[in-house]
Amino acid sequence: MKVLVTVKEVAAVEDEFEIDGTAIDEAYLEYDLNEWDDYAIEEGVQIAESEDDVEVVSVTIGPERAEETIRMALAKGADRAIRVWDDSLEDAELLDVEAKTKMLEAVVEDEDPDLVLSGVQADDDGFGATGVSLADAIDFEWAAVVNELDLSVDERVAGVHRELEGGVEELTDVELPAVLTIQTGINEPRYASLRGIRQAQRKEIKPMTLDDLGLSADVAESNLEIVDMYEPESESDAELFEGSPEEEAAQLAGVLRDGGVGQ
Amino acid sequence: MSDVLAVAEHRRGELRDVSYELVTVGSQLADATGGDLHLAVISGDVDEYADSLNLEGVDTIHTVEYGEEFNHDVYAQVVEQLYDAVGPQVLLTPNSVNGLDYGPAVANSLGLTYVSDAVDVSLEDSTLTATREMYSGKVETTTEVDADAVAVSIRGAEWPATEARGDAAIEAFDADVDESAVKSTVKGFEEVGGGDVDITEADVLVSVGRGIEEEENLDLVRDLADALDATLSSSRPIVDNGWLPKNRQVGQSGKVVTPEFYIAIGISGAVQHVAGMKGAENIVAINTDPNAPIYDIADYGIVDDLFDVVPALIEEFED
Repeated sequence: MKVLVTVKEVAAVEDEFEIDGTAIDEAYLEYDLNEWDDYAIEEGVQIAESEDDVEVVSVTIGPERAEETIRMALAKGADRAIRVWDDSLEDAELLDVEAKTKMLEAVVEDEDPDLVLSGVQADDDGFGATGVSLADAIDFEWAAVVNELDLSVDERVAGVHRELEGGVEELTDVELPAVLTIQTGINEPRYASLRGIRQAQRKEIKPMTLDDLGLSADVAESNLEIVDMYEPESESDAELFEGSPEEEAAQLAGVLRDGGVGQ
Repeated sequence: MSDVLAVAEHRRGELRDVSYELVTVGSQLADATGGDLHLAVISGDVDEYADSLNLEGVDTIHTVEYGEEFNHDVYAQVVEQLYDAVGPQVLLTPNSVNGLDYGPAVANSLGLTYVSDAVDVSLEDSTLTATREMYSGKVETTTEVDADAVAVSIRGAEWPATEARGDAAIEAFDADVDESAVKSTVKGFEEVGGGDVDITEADVLVSVGRGIEEEENLDLVRDLADALDATLSSSRPIVDNGWLPKNRQVGQSGKVVTPEFYIAIGISGAVQHVAGMKGAENIVAINTDPNAPIYDIADYGIVDDLFDVVPALIEEFED
């Protein structure tokens, strides 16, 4: 059985930052593994640990810098990795759902996995759509926002809990092959061990260009255009207490006592 | 002229609030270009739902009787067939957990550009303009897309619900659902977050978020909760880490709380969290980042290090 885990390197923004045109100035960005994808990797590795003959392949779309991120997936236990990138993607302002779907579709055709795990959403652009869009493109079954997974390899069924709003979970059986989008909290992602990090250095990260995937450069052309980016206006009318921590606490304590708290 | 097709959402026998908000957005978009608003009501008691959603601005309600609860394979097939039959320019779905379980599949299948989690949307000439957040709400973007073939999922509670009654045509749509393509079976539902404590009953909540950094540090907020005779709750990451049980989680996927005082400690105030506590009478925020969205809804705030402020606050109440 083969599990394909899609991961994304995402940019986090520092508390103070500047916007340059329709993007955040690079100087204020820090790159890291997308939080949801960390849980997806862990889920894939746990499947490999509990079932026989499972290969976990991790795939990312990203420039050379993203090797650091995909190397983390390898250090945590993925067997090998694929990094899709192309010079023609350098200038793309936004890889939209459609573009990512097409690239991952080509990877799936190449790899022929039984199960694809992706994060529910990426922390930067927050579309939350690629997994389900991909499932449609590759004619897999799917489930979005999975926070519990019970895989029956023999019956080729994934028993999942989908985390709905308001503390309700939907219990669903999903036929394989399937794409599951993984919610945070489904497991406890491990830290990479020193041994894992050493082993990851020897694992393969296969670079693939659009040409390798049989795609042309126009795959990145988007119908979406970001025409403006700005900081939302603060709507704050909070009464802020100032001074030393003791002075701040004393003022807040006054408000709380007036409200009958702790009396 | 742009016609709009919006898909209502229901769960366990009740329409969800976002359905009424979809009518508001849909009729604004349809009116902007003199088009029609079509509403799809799929599965469950569709006649009752259609009656409830016969609201101002809705031109036609298409009902599809098939099963009781949401199933994405059924929804995807029906919405695709309705889209072909109605021929709208814009498809509107809720940006809910279920909306995200069929919207992207439908968009891919129909070749529509998918724009998710819009907090504002407008239509002019043949361009649809959507406002979206990026980087966990630190920035907003204005995004333009050709309005000929676009699917937009809208964030809940961003638009008012439409309440005024309307006079829509209600038509049963004869969908042809291929059962062999239904490869997911919904077996039931489970309520989570029961147990020893009910945070929705508390008058005072001391709520802790990612800013607490380490599990050991939770004792600090426990001590504060004790000193204030308050109940301890948290934002999602604390529960994800397994530091507190699910029944303590405030937010979209946790509990909705309305205490007299909600003291948010080290909580940035992501939209999913705010959905669960914005109804609190008094909101207090303690957070080092003055730009954290929690301050947008806070009544009182201390922009300082919680590890300095919380011990001082405990002392105030222990004296």
